[in-house]
Amino acid sequence: MAFDKQEAKSVLFSPIFNNNPIALQVLGICSALAVTSKLETALVMSLALTSVIALSNLLISMIRKQIPSSIRIIVQMTIIASLVILVDQVLKAYAYEVSKQLSVFVGLIITNCIVMGRAEAYAMKNGPFMSFLDGLGNGLGYSVLLIVVGIIRELLGSGELLGYTILPSTANGGWYETNGMLVLPASSFFIIGFLIWALRVWKKDQVEDKE
Amino acid sequence: MEHYLSLFIRSVFVENMALAFLLGMCTFLAVSKKVQTSIGLGIAVIIVQTITVPVNNLLVHYLLADGALAWAGFPEADLSFLGLIVYIGVIAALVQILEMTLDKFFPALYQSLGIFLPLITVNCAIMGGSLFMVERDYNFPESVVFGLGSGFGWALAIAALAGIREKMKYSDVPDGLRGLGITFITVGLMAIGFMSFSGIKL
Repeated sequence: MAFDKQEAKSVLFSPIFNNNPIALQVLGICSALAVTSKLETALVMSLALTSVIALSNLLISMIRKQIPSSIRIIVQMTIIASLVILVDQVLKAYAYEVSKQLSVFVGLIITNCIVMGRAEAYAMKNGPFMSFLDGLGNGLGYSVLLIVVGIIRELLGSGELLGYTILPSTANGGWYETNGMLVLPASSFFIIGFLIWALRVWKKDQVEDKE
Repeated sequence: MEHYLSLFIRSVFVENMALAFLLGMCTFLAVSKKVQTSIGLGIAVIIVQTITVPVNNLLVHYLLADGALAWAGFPEADLSFLGLIVYIGVIAALVQILEMTLDKFFPALYQSLGIFLPLITVNCAIMGGSLFMVERDYNFPESVVFGLGSGFGWALAIAALAGIREKMKYSDVPDGLRGLGITFITVGLMAIGFMSFSGIKL
């Protein structure tokens, strides 16, 4: 298989800032909002999604020539669902507390549009190795955003990171007045909205045209 | 009766799929530019949700749950780990059947909903509805009410957002915030509005 180092690099890194799945392609937002109230859940979710998307891209790309195009959606769904069941079982076995907190959102990785979207747009047309990198890259782009939102919400919302106190809150005799707003799910909309604004001020070509 | 009515109100307002659980956001943000199309999508979601949640409920109680296969002579079988794959299969198949039925018997409705129906398969609100139904252990009548209510709540939310976005065309939004950015912030404000229902116990 022909292997171009330059191309591999761009496939892996462009989704992180230049073509971020959440900020530019509007994919996979559902879970991004609901699981980011703590850094820990955000990290676990990122890890779960990245492994599912990279493996599903790899597997779908390996059998892409055998899949009849009329039933490809069902085939992709089955592969993705099996991988998600695998991740769900691993989480239940080794990180039961976190898996309880994530509740239905691990299952919702199946309907996460990033996974479907990348399978359909990239893995159906490219070789296994590049598809794997593409999945990894998009998973990382998703993770970066999720982790940034998770850090902001946990640090400012409860003055902690991963359960360690960073800013001692007034409730525990410290000086930091916690911002209760940031613990609520609605705040993640504002944070992502402002992150998109910041990203587009930095990269002007992503600004949308006037209607 | 009262129990079902309060379940319905709760799933529409207090536990709104879109604005309280943030489910189905991808389509929620992508297909809310016009009120007309978003109402079309909303109706499609109500129909699919009302069918899939009860069907999945039956499957859980008679096929998947621990000891559910007792009627077939396998009282020890526990297939609950297969849940996810079964729910998504049911959803995908039902959407396909619905599409063919509408095409055959209600071509006008099919024309107006056509493009949205396949999108619904990957709508997290539908899958989320089935997963919540399992997690909260609803029985069959409850699952019918919950399916209808949660679909209705989602439709209400997307219609409201589309109304706001239609008006927002006339406002002067900063360059970087235009489009997706301002939509996020609008939805955030709407979610805060819906939080006013959150203390209500029915």
